[in-house]
Amino acid sequence: MTTEIRSTTWVNTNHPAPAQKPPVTEVGAIGWLRANLFSSIGNTILTLITAVALYFIVTGLVRWVLGAFWQPVWENRKLFAVGLYPIAQMWQPAAALLMVSALFGLSAGRWGSIMRNLGVGLAALLLLFAVIPIGVQAQLVMAAGLGLLLIGYVAGARVPIASRWLALAWVVSMPITFILLAGGVNLPGLGIRWQFAPFVEVNLWGGLMLTMLLAVVGIALSFPIGVLLALGRRSKLPIIKWFCIGYIELIRGVPLITLLFMGMTMLPLFLPSGWGNPSLLVRAMTAITLFSAAYLAENVRGGLQAIPKGQYEAADALGLSAFDSLRFIILPQALTKVIPAIVGQFIGLFKDTSLASLVGLLELVAVGKAVIQQPEWLGTPGGIAREVYVFIAVVFFVFSYGMSFASRKLESKLGFGKRQ
Amino acid sequence: MAGHAEDTDIIIVRNVNKWYGDFHALKNVSLTVKRKEVVVIIGPSGSGKSTFIRTINRLEEHQSGEIIVDGIPLTHDVRNIEAIRMETGMVFQQFNLFPHLTVLQNITLAPIHVRKMKKKDAEERAMQLLERVGIPEQAHKYPGQLSGGQQQRVAIARALAMQPKIMLFDEPTSALDPEMIREVLEVMEELAESGMTMVVVTHEMGFAKGVADRIVFMDGGEIVEIGTPEHFFTNPQHDRTKLFLQQILK
Repeated sequence: MTTEIRSTTWVNTNHPAPAQKPPVTEVGAIGWLRANLFSSIGNTILTLITAVALYFIVTGLVRWVLGAFWQPVWENRKLFAVGLYPIAQMWQPAAALLMVSALFGLSAGRWGSIMRNLGVGLAALLLLFAVIPIGVQAQLVMAAGLGLLLIGYVAGARVPIASRWLALAWVVSMPITFILLAGGVNLPGLGIRWQFAPFVEVNLWGGLMLTMLLAVVGIALSFPIGVLLALGRRSKLPIIKWFCIGYIELIRGVPLITLLFMGMTMLPLFLPSGWGNPSLLVRAMTAITLFSAAYLAENVRGGLQAIPKGQYEAADALGLSAFDSLRFIILPQALTKVIPAIVGQFIGLFKDTSLASLVGLLELVAVGKAVIQQPEWLGTPGGIAREVYVFIAVVFFVFSYGMSFASRKLESKLGFGKRQ
Repeated sequence: MAGHAEDTDIIIVRNVNKWYGDFHALKNVSLTVKRKEVVVIIGPSGSGKSTFIRTINRLEEHQSGEIIVDGIPLTHDVRNIEAIRMETGMVFQQFNLFPHLTVLQNITLAPIHVRKMKKKDAEERAMQLLERVGIPEQAHKYPGQLSGGQQQRVAIARALAMQPKIMLFDEPTSALDPEMIREVLEVMEELAESGMTMVVVTHEMGFAKGVADRIVFMDGGEIVEIGTPEHFFTNPQHDRTKLFLQQILK
């Protein structure tokens, strides 16, 4: 039925017309190929060049991986995992791992979404290392971790645990991890000394465990500090505002490595006397946290600026206090908007922990350097640096990509139905 | 202590002035609103209508003059401001619903955290209010999934959930598609019939004619004329009022 173009009055007697399917222009694999890869002469040439380049890269890589000398990495797996941590006390990091696995399981079951994605990732890793013959005891720990994660998941899904208790458990899990790894609490400045096992000095902690500790502590502490700095920067009180601006700009103007060295040499100058000499680990964590907080503050500020004035006004008009308005209205929206930026920054922080190797911490990269220097491999033709660094790169990639993947999932979940 | 006049007058505005920089936005504005009265404010854009209504709950600060809402003087004291905001609901032109919360959460947030109601009671009341504005089936959707008219009705329910004594409407239908204006006006008419004190800034002359007890005409930051709808639409006095009505009713 077409419209009568010339007539002044016309009634569409066919209304409402039934909806029809869109026309099919491309069918099947060949249609897709033609549309996406060979749509023009230029495109065809690009496709062919890319295909040839990919062929050489992939075959070269596969040939190298199959022929490479992986024995040093394999034999030093304990060093890569926990550094010089004493073998006799390995049950302590194992206990920490089990605790975290159980918490991940509970959270995945209780909260779903991003926790479920992270939980699945952790479960896959635990399963992998439970199967690979890395050592019977370690495999049993991994299997136990997997079991706890699954039990936690079922329990979390069935039992309605209050969210705040679970969140509290996460917060408490951090100091517990430290106490577990250290074998007790030793704070001479506060006169506290308690132990359940021989103390393990932090200079013996290392490997992936140390990398994880640096990253998790950095993320967990810099997040609240960064949010406070962002809010402070928008404060109406000049002292707070200028302090926050000064802090943010000062830190952002300095490379992380200088902050790390400053932490090594200058931190005691800022501490009250009697606090003694903080360990290398604490110094590095302080530097990383302060560094990350400044960048986080700028990301959060971007989110805060994207909130329309009407949201503040609606909260005010309802009589919400300034604190409640921030807590329930402004921050949830502002933080959601900047998830990609924040996660990107956390991935950066995770990778930046490798700089701690330069100030004497035995994290993943430092372990790699040590392994390369081991005398038994010195005779290897071509050395073993390639294998070791590729291995470290893969470890960093797995965790970074995991974070990035989880954040994309979170974005799409939080973005649903929120357009206005 | 409060005299008889204070009892019946729920909003008292005396000689209020407001400037944005050098721009004199409100010039010696005075108005008294009685309990259960519906006052409609009309006037050309830029006349100060919205600014005026927003000074009543301190979304805008006035620089001189006096505002008393239900016996509470509007001062710099945060406690007074929050007390007044608890008594006055506000509906905005752009709805200003919270996009990250469901309809039900939008409505129950303030009752739970400001009025300290139990969650279950607040939700029960929210459902009654959604019933009243005609969209109980939308309770678990997000604002972005609703039409403009539905969003504005949620916004009205959200304001009513705080059990305010006064409702302020700042051009509630101006951002709506024509076919959705009616559904919002019907809710407002029902609210007026139920005895709510209302101050409404609007361009809807039908609403002003049918529902208002008094109409206030503002121009250039001043109140030019106040009168009943009958007075306004049959016998306006000021030349500026006559011109405005001519243009708008043509």
